[in-house]
Amino acid sequence: MDREDVLILAIESSCDETAAAVVKNGREVLSNVINTQIAIHTEYGGVVPEIASRKHIENINPVIKKALSDAGVTLDDIDAIGVTYGPGLVGALLVGVAEAKAIAFAKNKPLVGVHHIEGHISANYVENKELEPPFVALVVSGGHTHLVKVNDYGEYEIIGRTRDDAAGEAFDKVARAIGLGYPGGPKIDKLAKEGNPDAIEFPRAHVDDAPYDFSFSGIKSAVLNYINSANMQGKEINRADVAASFQKAVVDALVSRAVRLAKECGMDKLAIAGGVASNSALRAAVQEECAKNNIRFYSPSPVLCTDNAAMIGAAAYYEYIKGVRHGYDLNAVPNLKLGERI
Amino acid sequence: MRILAIESSAVTASVAILEDDTLVAEYTINHKMTHSQTLLPMIDEIFSMVQLKPDDVDVIAVSKGPGSFTGLRIGAATGKGIALALDKKMVAVPTLAAMAYNLYGDSRYICPVMDARRKHLYSGIYTFDGDRLVTVRDVNLASYEELTEELAGLDGQVVLVGDGVDVAGDVLKEQLGDKCVLAPAHIKTQRAGSVAMLAKQMADNGEYTDADELKPDYLRPSQAEREKAQHEA
Repeated sequence: MDREDVLILAIESSCDETAAAVVKNGREVLSNVINTQIAIHTEYGGVVPEIASRKHIENINPVIKKALSDAGVTLDDIDAIGVTYGPGLVGALLVGVAEAKAIAFAKNKPLVGVHHIEGHISANYVENKELEPPFVALVVSGGHTHLVKVNDYGEYEIIGRTRDDAAGEAFDKVARAIGLGYPGGPKIDKLAKEGNPDAIEFPRAHVDDAPYDFSFSGIKSAVLNYINSANMQGKEINRADVAASFQKAVVDALVSRAVRLAKECGMDKLAIAGGVASNSALRAAVQEECAKNNIRFYSPSPVLCTDNAAMIGAAAYYEYIKGVRHGYDLNAVPNLKLGERI
Repeated sequence: MRILAIESSAVTASVAILEDDTLVAEYTINHKMTHSQTLLPMIDEIFSMVQLKPDDVDVIAVSKGPGSFTGLRIGAATGKGIALALDKKMVAVPTLAAMAYNLYGDSRYICPVMDARRKHLYSGIYTFDGDRLVTVRDVNLASYEELTEELAGLDGQVVLVGDGVDVAGDVLKEQLGDKCVLAPAHIKTQRAGSVAMLAKQMADNGEYTDADELKPDYLRPSQAEREKAQHEA
């Protein structure tokens, strides 16, 4: 291995995935281990924070060990420890943060705290070696919907955000309403393929005076109203049509704003990130709109869209080479803002 | 044998290094600050004060619970991280038994109590037979009234220790009168020195826990699990 190479051991535990990865120079994933708890939380219809935290403490050492062994390295080869310290579930974050700090202390390695969403955006660096800032990033997940200008490595400017539900949250709620269960995103995506996206016209919400902000609770309510009134009239709903039409309304709202921002600020690159970025309709729609407008489209493969530590390693690398270091008093910050540095 | 002991089961943050029969360092903070901000800086501090490196330690002991779910996890993750990095053995020390060690050699009943919220306490009842810690009644979760009744039935004086004294000491004392003694400040709360002492005994008996598998002993399922069980019953 080249002496100049920088190896980051990254740890992620902000929600219901315990993950660790070894990443070389911010772009090359040597290992990417993810222990997901989805099956456990499905029984409760959503993520239970205390249960997630308990699973993290049980899983974390084996996950880290596997990340090191899959990469064929030991901690002595590692240059720095990167860890997600927010945003996320505080009890869950604290497990990864305490573990990362302890490893950094024990091996006397630098510690770099990473913002979870900055990690999601950085997932794009892993599979798109030529991608460099500036670019527009559309971050869509169960907890986040952000339209971001990435001006440079580690420099983020939030241009739009959701005023109510995150896009992924709306997927979960609608999935529950039509009896698909948790997690809603992949289930709606699958069922929508059998439905007609133009069957039902659900509203595309606008936020007055904030052209880049999103609102998904209106779309969600319209779907719930549609189902209720069909039920009251004793009419059978076509679940596939509802799924496809709902999905199209959400995707339209996301794509139109993202492409408009890229055009208005003269950026010719657009990247998507976050769990919902693996939605096939969203990917197809962004790709199509980008092609029409001469914008290069970037997206991580689905495994790097879900919560993982490889993306944290990518983000940590760019922080590390800028000289960012955190102390042993690093705390979890459950509502850490994008671009904020604590 | 050198043991690093970590105690973060309640408000108290405490760390210690025990070297054979000498407690070379003990650092305890009773303050509101979160363990996430205090614990590792404290560990760093004692290592530098006694001129040791983390790798000079043979065993990492953590107070395993019961206690604050989050506090227990911060202590466990800190211990597990050091153990993983340096390939060290771990000992998971029962929190309440370690608190009883604050009153080493005392032949009265020792009842460590921890605030479990909702007018409940985690408690255990211990005593010393010479230098041997004897468990009279293992850890449980009980209401103030239930514990008062149980202690009233004991055939001797009982010393209450632990942070539960701050919330329930007066209530229990009022009912139990002279039968009950409230521990003074220097032995009342969790001490990593006591955790280390009990850890040493456990280590001598080969009672190690694999760092990969170590997890807190919460004594109580999560609220979601409790509600689900109730719902299904």
